[in-house]
Amino acid sequence: MRAAGPASAGPWRQAWERLRHSNSAALGACLLAAIVAACALLPPALGLDPMITDPAARNLPPSVDYPFGRDALGRDVMARVLAGGRTSLLIGLAATASSVLIGVLVGALAGFYGGRVDEVLMRFVDFLYGVPYMFLVILVMLLFSDTARGDPLPVFLALGLVQWLTMARIVRGQVLALRGAEYVTAARALGASDSAILAHHVLPNTLGPIIVYATLTVPTVIILESFLSFLGLGVSLSWGELVAEGVAVINPLRSTWWLLFWPAGFLATTLLALNFLGDGLRDALDPRGPTPNGP
Amino acid sequence: MTAAPLIEVRGLKKYFPVRGGVFSRVGAWVKAVDDVSFDVGRREVFALVGESGCGKTTAGRTLLRLMEPTAGQVRFDGASVFDLGKRELRLLRRRMQLIFQDPYSSLNPRMTVGGIIGEPLRVHGLATSKELDARVGALLEQVGLAPEYRTRYPHEFSGGQRQRIGIARALALGPDFIVCDEAVSALDVSIQAQILNLLQDLQESLDLSYLFISHDLNVVQHLADRVGVMYLGRLVETARTEDLFREPLHPYTQALLSANPVPDPGLDLEPQVLPGEVPSPLAPPTGCHFHPRCRNATERCARETPPLREQPGDTLRQVACHLYDEEH
Repeated sequence: MRAAGPASAGPWRQAWERLRHSNSAALGACLLAAIVAACALLPPALGLDPMITDPAARNLPPSVDYPFGRDALGRDVMARVLAGGRTSLLIGLAATASSVLIGVLVGALAGFYGGRVDEVLMRFVDFLYGVPYMFLVILVMLLFSDTARGDPLPVFLALGLVQWLTMARIVRGQVLALRGAEYVTAARALGASDSAILAHHVLPNTLGPIIVYATLTVPTVIILESFLSFLGLGVSLSWGELVAEGVAVINPLRSTWWLLFWPAGFLATTLLALNFLGDGLRDALDPRGPTPNGP
Repeated sequence: MTAAPLIEVRGLKKYFPVRGGVFSRVGAWVKAVDDVSFDVGRREVFALVGESGCGKTTAGRTLLRLMEPTAGQVRFDGASVFDLGKRELRLLRRRMQLIFQDPYSSLNPRMTVGGIIGEPLRVHGLATSKELDARVGALLEQVGLAPEYRTRYPHEFSGGQRQRIGIARALALGPDFIVCDEAVSALDVSIQAQILNLLQDLQESLDLSYLFISHDLNVVQHLADRVGVMYLGRLVETARTEDLFREPLHPYTQALLSANPVPDPGLDLEPQVLPGEVPSPLAPPTGCHFHPRCRNATERCARETPPLREQPGDTLRQVACHLYDEEH
């Protein structure tokens, strides 16, 4: 009559054990931590200012004093890359958070209540899916044409508008499957309210896919924002804009490679790290994955 | 049974729409439960038996109002279950509970055993967080598990242990009535016996009434006071357990009993193999649902649905078959 194992390992703990033993996830987490720490801590620590120009130091290649070089206006590229990282990471986090919030809410309601509610919400999602997202973004930009160019709010809104759609579909599918689970019926038979059932039984069991998809949404948002910046629609001083600047000054006579290399390198590394971490999380949270003690 | 029964089910119907085609039109109805009536007395075990898909699970879930009925009445200790408001229904849920067939899918894998068993108490605000541990521990002991198992997760337990956890959850609110939906069917035979004995002990010590849904006649014979036999959504026979097993009246019951492996060589029921298969519930036969497979079927059986009629001299013996119609 004894249950197996001396200590009680809950499902979350098992997932954590699996995650810890995944090399790619650990690499992704370390890289990400390093980049976030650099963007957050280095500028104040080293007194870096991305706006100070120096006419005497225009297009200075990387040196000991300025390891990332200086740009066409003599601004410190390291200061600009780190400041751009702050913007890009913040946009990524904020848009992902809003996509999780809206997507989980809509998906959970549609999946849990089904019927009319489901029809209406999901047809709305289908409709937004059908509209090209660039069109939506430009629409939002037009609505906010009064605000200054480079203001993060319209970009954030536009990205949030697009990103929750897939999350809503994923959550709806999960909730739809869980709604019929016997432990949900049991909770209903106990007299638990709908909100209690959602909070205690349905959502905790969908959290795995939500976390994984959210982790993979952050790089998507960052790259979308970069693309917008590249087109000149984005936020001022983000990695995307820096890459655009770097590309703009490419010419065969005079190579200023550091203007493109550093922002592009940071951007690519961050995306890679987030994807590694997301993949690791997906494997770790998969209930069919190997457990530390047996299948 | 002198006092009024605890549960009175009258004319219960549950039809499921079958949607298809453009605009999800309702093309047909599956009559999962079609005009079923029975009583469950106080401290009585009433068993519903029948093949898979005959509607016994749907009947159990509907009378607990876990599904909305298509028609019919259920009275629980006088209160009309289908007419209750949200709040009254919540209060009534304390008195009627459910035990599931599958001990794996009926426990939330992300909750501890203590969380699962304590949930009913929390939902109804019946225990402070201080009392909760003690109450959960007592419930675990009541079903034969160690109170220390509180902090563990369902995946650490065997099927039989999980079923005990499910039973403890059902007992937490101190119910009068429990629907046991194939409660032992998913378990090994040796574990089945343990769980059956536990259910029987609990029924006696806590004065419970059970609606025991099962397809296993040996289990039913062991536990039930009375039995109702279902076929394609309808009740075809009800009787005291010993009467039913001694002398089944309905041809379907006779076939069902003869198909049951009995570990007793002295008992000699004529083996009887039914021709054909259970018809689709989407298009059940006319008249008596059983007539295409019945060896005694007459032209009248295809035309007229036999009502569930009391047999002369025994109010607890009902059968829905024209063979026992006095006019013939």
